[in-house]
Amino acid sequence: MDPVLLSGNEAIARGAFEAGVKVCSAYPGTPSTEIFENLPQYKDALYCEWAPNEKVAVEVAYGASIAGVRSLSAMKHVGVNVAADPIFTAAYNGVCGGFVIVSADDPSMHSSQNEQDNRHYARAAKIAMVEPSDSQECLDFLKEAYEISEKFDMPVIYRITTRVAHSKSLVTFGERTEREVPAYKRNMKYVSSPANAYKNHAKVEKNLKALEAYANTSKLNKEEINGSEIGVVTASIAYEYAKDAFPEGTSFLKLGLTNPLPMDLIKAFAKKVKKLYVVEELDPFMEEQIKAAGIECIGKELIGNLYELNPQLLRERLFGEKPETVDVGVKPVSRPPALCPGCPHRGFFYTIGRHKNYVVAGDIGCYTLGFAPPLNALDSVVCMGGGFTVAMGMAKAFEASGQTDKKVFGVVGDSTFFHSGMTGAAEIIYNKGNVIPVVLDNSITGMTGHQDNPGSGFTLEGEIAEKLKIEDILASYGYKNIIIVDPQDLKAMEAAVDAAANSDVPAAIITRRPCLLIKRIKHDIGKCEVDTNKCIGCRKCLSVGCPSVMVENKKAKIDVTTCVGCTVCAQVCPMGAITRKEK
Amino acid sequence: MENKSALLVGVGGQGAILTAKVLVTGLMRAGYDVKMSEVHGMSQRGGSVSTQVHWGKKVYSPVIGDGAADIIVAFEKMEAVRYANYLKPDGVAIINDYEMASSTIAAGMEKYPEGCLEAMQNHFKVYPLNAEKIASELGNVKCANIVLFGSMVKALNMTDIDWDAVISDVVPAKFRELNLRAYHAGFDAV
Repeated sequence: MDPVLLSGNEAIARGAFEAGVKVCSAYPGTPSTEIFENLPQYKDALYCEWAPNEKVAVEVAYGASIAGVRSLSAMKHVGVNVAADPIFTAAYNGVCGGFVIVSADDPSMHSSQNEQDNRHYARAAKIAMVEPSDSQECLDFLKEAYEISEKFDMPVIYRITTRVAHSKSLVTFGERTEREVPAYKRNMKYVSSPANAYKNHAKVEKNLKALEAYANTSKLNKEEINGSEIGVVTASIAYEYAKDAFPEGTSFLKLGLTNPLPMDLIKAFAKKVKKLYVVEELDPFMEEQIKAAGIECIGKELIGNLYELNPQLLRERLFGEKPETVDVGVKPVSRPPALCPGCPHRGFFYTIGRHKNYVVAGDIGCYTLGFAPPLNALDSVVCMGGGFTVAMGMAKAFEASGQTDKKVFGVVGDSTFFHSGMTGAAEIIYNKGNVIPVVLDNSITGMTGHQDNPGSGFTLEGEIAEKLKIEDILASYGYKNIIIVDPQDLKAMEAAVDAAANSDVPAAIITRRPCLLIKRIKHDIGKCEVDTNKCIGCRKCLSVGCPSVMVENKKAKIDVTTCVGCTVCAQVCPMGAITRKEK
Repeated sequence: MENKSALLVGVGGQGAILTAKVLVTGLMRAGYDVKMSEVHGMSQRGGSVSTQVHWGKKVYSPVIGDGAADIIVAFEKMEAVRYANYLKPDGVAIINDYEMASSTIAAGMEKYPEGCLEAMQNHFKVYPLNAEKIASELGNVKCANIVLFGSMVKALNMTDIDWDAVISDVVPAKFRELNLRAYHAGFDAV
């Protein structure tokens, strides 16, 4: 068949199918999400699911490996932090069916809260790491990663970056190979008791040595000898950048199996060239190890360890060749992301942001944008689930320091509630926290592009599922005053916040209105219009931060093409100048 | 032929992704190696978006840095200015003479910069057109993206590819006639 243009993520999904993978579990997170969105097309051959969080996903996939089948898990880089616990112990216990965990890192933080380099995880957990650099490799290397996992009895970290995940290049498909599943037999190697762990550590070190020997001959690591002046050791997307940046006649050692590093191969390569460069994005992961092995090389002192690279940047930093550019002399205005017109989160943030003594700990999702002007409604955003628990710590601190005027709210979304908000909700009740947990329930995992979750009623494979009720869970924890409110009704929203803030019993708020971008729901769409005779130009309508609302000739104006008629702006207008019409 | 790089820039929702799909489909049919890169996530929510397409005999990097694009197709004129540093000094720009306010401009906190088009024209070979107007005259403003694509084909002289066939295959059947007319209108507009 002809090659097709695929993103790295689509190619990984195809690779899992071809590798004979049978069980797949993940939690969505940019830039990894499309891997699992592309798995249901193979559901006749494999099982795939969205787990409530990354730790659950890795445990499910690992359980499948113990039971003898090849399994896959995938997550964004910070998701690996959540899943680190089972990964590190699975490394000791070993595998039966091949077990691969995709870590999708995000250099330049296109949509992430940090720029961590997850290659360190492979080294810390003492497991193999494979790094593809284009879509064809995303497919091909995955099959090899399963062979490595089974041969060396360890999980494999399959590390990609945003540009590997989201760039598209040509891919030729292969066939699916079914792997024979051994009959299940109980095996004590999977019981990580201290006595077993003691033995397992020695086994892990031995397996790593054997893997390093293998890495020196693996087809994933390949030399391209084009000359003896300059040599480049590189991996992942940096290989593509280096191929464009270095002059003709440069030799390359392109590494695909990068933990453990094939140090004999690197030494031999270094001897073939006069000047050796190590080109990698983010941390000097390879460079430090290569230097520690006594090999002289040039790398981070010129390249730096911040943000994404590209060929022009490399040329400038390594060879001082600054690209010729033109300054046209006009400065563009930035386009900061904002909550969509009609976003249900807007009513909540508008309401809570008006109380100056309210402290609001936020979380990761579309609703992180509640921090932005003019809403200005968040005090912190740390990590998934941190909304409730960071709020808890702040509340205890205010109590301990006598700052009694503060009222603390913790905010998570529905998917985040199931991800790791539930434990925080338990913490608040158990330790008598003076915190009001708020779940912004828009019935979907929004920011990553609308994935289902335990509260949405559907599975990844499209089947109808048990719909977990957030209010029932909170009630079972001991929340006595659970207020469910439509956040688009500002009066009701204000009343809910007041009632929760003044409640004598543990209170919680659930704001409930589905995201307007959910396709399977029929939404009530209208449009708002301004009566310019009534408008006094007070700009109050701008305080809700809606992209559809603007001011023109000192009067409010609403963009008819983007407005959906949510009426939040109309509700704040003191003159009644904005009314809703049917679209 | 040396490798070529194109940048399609605009505001989320303007149809740059479909345009890029038409472009790469044609390039693949012509036998080129193709790489394409786009950024997902936060940028989709009213933000500035860019899609890069690179083609040639063999393409390595899916992204470029400063001063490396042969052509910029700007779906919105302030976006042309934003990405101008990516353009080679002898590069060309197709610029939609169309203004979209950012949220801060709409709120009256900032002003839309003046002279975006003229500033580009002072430094580059620019093909300006009002794709929204042309598309509206064809009956549907949503085909403005393919109008711009037609201008791009003309500017890059890529007429050896059968774009009518490519567009017919890539766009949904019920919009086929409209988009074919949009393509030719864009081709003739510059």
